[in-house]
Amino acid sequence: MAILEVNNLTKNFGSTKVLKGISFSLEEGKVLSIIGSSGSGKTTLLRCINGLETATTGKIAVNDKVVFDSNITDKNELKELKKNQQNIGLVFQQFNLFPQYTALGNVTLAMKLAAKKRPDYKHNKKAILEEIDATAKKFLDKVGLSDKLNNYPCELSGGQQQRVSIARALAMNPQILFFDEPTSALDPELTGEILKTIRQLAEDNMTMVIVTHEMNFAKDVSDEVIFMDDGVIAEHGSPEDVLVNPKNPRTQAFLNTYEK
Amino acid sequence: MFWTVTESLLKGFGSTLELFALTLIFALPLGLIISFGSMSKIKPINWFVRTFVWIIRGTPLMLQLIIIFYVPGFVGMWAREQQTSNFIIEWLATWKVIDRFAAALISFVINYACYFSEIYRGGIESISKGQYEACHVLGMSKSQAFFHVVLLQVVKRIIPPMSNEIITLVKDTSLARIISVYEIIWSGESFIKSDGLLWPLFYTGVFFLIACGLLTIIFNRIEKKLSYFSV
Repeated sequence: MAILEVNNLTKNFGSTKVLKGISFSLEEGKVLSIIGSSGSGKTTLLRCINGLETATTGKIAVNDKVVFDSNITDKNELKELKKNQQNIGLVFQQFNLFPQYTALGNVTLAMKLAAKKRPDYKHNKKAILEEIDATAKKFLDKVGLSDKLNNYPCELSGGQQQRVSIARALAMNPQILFFDEPTSALDPELTGEILKTIRQLAEDNMTMVIVTHEMNFAKDVSDEVIFMDDGVIAEHGSPEDVLVNPKNPRTQAFLNTYEK
Repeated sequence: MFWTVTESLLKGFGSTLELFALTLIFALPLGLIISFGSMSKIKPINWFVRTFVWIIRGTPLMLQLIIIFYVPGFVGMWAREQQTSNFIIEWLATWKVIDRFAAALISFVINYACYFSEIYRGGIESISKGQYEACHVLGMSKSQAFFHVVLLQVVKRIIPPMSNEIITLVKDTSLARIISVYEIIWSGESFIKSDGLLWPLFYTGVFFLIACGLLTIIFNRIEKKLSYFSV
């Protein structure tokens, strides 16, 4: 069953058409890499799916629940769609950690704020907060940072910061996790630890969509690869098909620039 | 004589400090509200607030003091002299000369709130969009994002310009004497007239130096306290 369905998505910034009708679907537990040169629309696609940009037309569904539909204008219905968006996690290129919170605080903040709305919050406050801390510690442990719980972002390396942000996204229990060029802001020697973390998540059958420039990594970790070019999906298939034996001349030209 | 002067200056300084503290208490939150207005996406609000800030920052505080002190009294007098009468005139006729200290306080609050609002705006706009986006994808509301994530970063950013402005306020309070609000410089100057003494005037400077010195220490403490993270 498809966990992510994108239907004929378009996005215009003024008169510039950035996405020109994107359709694809992704099965649960699969890893999809999106590659393409800068300006091809891959980040915009990611941002539209995550609700950071509003697409111009089209429809997006996660786990059969609509998260975006350009035909829906009713306010209450839109609210409902926003709720469904909670099922999507996003890891940013620039990490976007909250600088005044520790690693643990970064992971727990959203959960703690959400917990305040629980009806039993007042009675069980201590237990609830302890449970949240335990959950956060579990995810920080998973990304190998159990010894950095109380460090502030400025005390962590770029790679460690990005791992905190992965833990923060995971703690929301997303059904799909998106990565927007997760290693582009890192020194080359630090990219390995992030790729290793993502690989581990893939082994746990986490559904993931990764916008990346790391071709070898994409080849290695993905089940599917999309090559985007000028706002359209130019090629979509297995890593073998797209990265090793591309049919589209644009894909070939793009990959050639990487081999040099 | 020294103690007489000290006692008198302390009295004047009490009035100075009162004006200073009350101005801060009202102007700090009001400034934040004004900054929201000047960042508003609703065009008329944005236009109105920015024009207001332009007028307040573009005219002398002394002029504002005089206007706020004299205008209500004059308006009331004018309204009471009118032959015709409607509810607006009747309402204006109730305007009276306002208390000197209150007039000074209102002027300072409005003036400083406008300056603070620009500092807040600079601070808020300097926070990267990524912080809001991270909050959004984590399911936080806009107000949660502001109060739990953005605000403290803004505070850290604006401490240096704020401390500057607040130290200026200590000294600006002496402008209130233009509408005859008794304050420390007036108190010091009175010894020239009554006893032919000049030194009490210099002595008033010591009070300002101590007040500003203490504020500097406080702000340094706050800066140090917020140094555990970087923005």
